Amino acid sequence: MTGRDNSMRYDLQIIASWIEPGSKVIDLGCGEGDLLQHLIARKGVQGTGIEINEEKAARCIEKGLSVLQGDINAEVHDYPEGSFDYVILSQTLQQVYQPDALIHAMLRIGRRGIVSFPNFSHWQMRLQLLFSGHAPVSRQLPYQWFDTPNIRVITLKDFRKFVHDVGLRILKEAAIDTHSEDRYGSIVEWFPNLRATYGIFMIGAKGGA
Amino acid sequence: MSEYIHHDKDRISAGLVAKNYFTFAEPPEEMVLESGARLSPVVLAYETYGTLAPDRSNAILVLHALSGDSHVAGYYSPDDEKPGWWDCMVGPGKGIDTDRFFVICANVIGSCMGSTGPSSINPATGRAYGLDFPVVTIGDMVAAQKALIDHLGIERLLCVVGGSIGGMQVLEWCVRYPERVVSAIPLATTMRHSALAIAFNEVARQSIMADPNWNHGDYYEGAKPALGLAVARMIGHITYLSDESMRLKFGRRLQDKSDFSFNFDADFQVESYLRYQGRKFVDRFDANSFLYITKAADYFDLGKQHGKGSAVKALSKARARFLVISFTSDWLYPTYQAREIVKALKKNGRDVSFCEIEAEWGHDAFLIPGERLPMLIHGFLERVYHDRA
Repeated sequence: MTGRDNSMRYDLQIIASWIEPGSKVIDLGCGEGDLLQHLIARKGVQGTGIEINEEKAARCIEKGLSVLQGDINAEVHDYPEGSFDYVILSQTLQQVYQPDALIHAMLRIGRRGIVSFPNFSHWQMRLQLLFSGHAPVSRQLPYQWFDTPNIRVITLKDFRKFVHDVGLRILKEAAIDTHSEDRYGSIVEWFPNLRATYGIFMIGAKGGA
Repeated sequence: MSEYIHHDKDRISAGLVAKNYFTFAEPPEEMVLESGARLSPVVLAYETYGTLAPDRSNAILVLHALSGDSHVAGYYSPDDEKPGWWDCMVGPGKGIDTDRFFVICANVIGSCMGSTGPSSINPATGRAYGLDFPVVTIGDMVAAQKALIDHLGIERLLCVVGGSIGGMQVLEWCVRYPERVVSAIPLATTMRHSALAIAFNEVARQSIMADPNWNHGDYYEGAKPALGLAVARMIGHITYLSDESMRLKFGRRLQDKSDFSFNFDADFQVESYLRYQGRKFVDRFDANSFLYITKAADYFDLGKQHGKGSAVKALSKARARFLVISFTSDWLYPTYQAREIVKALKKNGRDVSFCEIEAEWGHDAFLIPGERLPMLIHGFLERVYHDRA
């Protein structure tokens, strides 16, 4: 994977490497627009984003990005069918109330979805629960049970099953070992469900491209 | 919109400006209005700031609200007491940077700040039009502005920007002359008035028309309907603020006294403020213009006029890139109305950005100096200017 932008979070670097130049992209929960900016500058994509936080949405607009301030679960719906080549949901799935509804909406407005999330079945999480008896807290999921925005725990295996169960198809996947805001990391080839801190999946409709 | 006198704290200003006049539809020509009525001649008062680029690609049209005028920024003379109404936004290095952009602002027709309106002389009678002035629409205002833009030789406006009734004109520009607008910034505005907004306007109009001096609009040779217009303005001011801003600004504090007067003087600061705003407005604004412009705003319905009742269809005509902005405490044009604009644009696959700015100042927030709005507009315009080819 060449041309990676080391100034960006590692999982976003992987996502960026999957996106074809010149495509149309929407980033759900785009934060301050790092990925969009990268994709526009390096890949010449037509990019837009949705971000619920006013401060972050404003930063994006100040950078000249097209970004809507709003809730992704509501805002995802108004785009015409097939408006985008890629719909990205990075490190947000674990906070979504109705993942199946959102994923289906993503694949209505776009041809392919790219989803990344922290892997709850990483060996350190397993050991924490096993030996300490406390709900695991890690650098990827740094919150206590009572103050976490993350309402779901997802493992790579669970997500694969989920995609199958909701009638979709995995087009590509990467298990990576990196930390939440880290710019460096590595691809995990062996025992990914045990060793990867994050999973990244490209999904599409069954029979679709 | 309210009036705010904010001299730039860093003394940065667009400098001295002069009001210009453009006359069109001179006899035997006429401007045919949306109602079918005809108007001739039509004068537009306008001001420009900055320099038009040789390729004419840097023109920005600012559109003012109900009580605004062409004087968007700067000063008319060195000892001028107050700058233009959006001096915090328009000037060198500001949100709308006059070092880079050529900014135009024209007074709307129907107003009284130099453009043709009910207080202008009717050539047929030699007296002020009064109620003989035809009812104008937001579309008519925009059609008149387009005549000015043609006259200035500008083929495409880099941006049309405005708040409130100015925002309605922004939307109208985008669907009426889509090929002439590269980008658009509708601020604190709506595609059509809610019953609430119409209700406030109607109470304000009734206040003017109930003033005996109003005399069915024929008062230009006698006493003005000053009381009626002042009360109309007071009502307007309530809608421009918010519960929060009034609580912060006035609370229940008393004006220059420690106890109630037990009569009907202005006891509370908020009463005194409204009375002052009302009185001040009478000196500079014409009561009939207030009637005409509020009516135009009430009639405005983008979907009905341009999309057979569908806002989505109306905005399908637009070609511009959009930045839509609302303010949390604006109860005249609440955020849900801005989101309707955004939704219709999304359904059409248009490039749109949206931000709901946290602000306590109600509808007037777009006029108040702050960091957020100029930064957003600046960033948006930079991108649009960069991509203009």
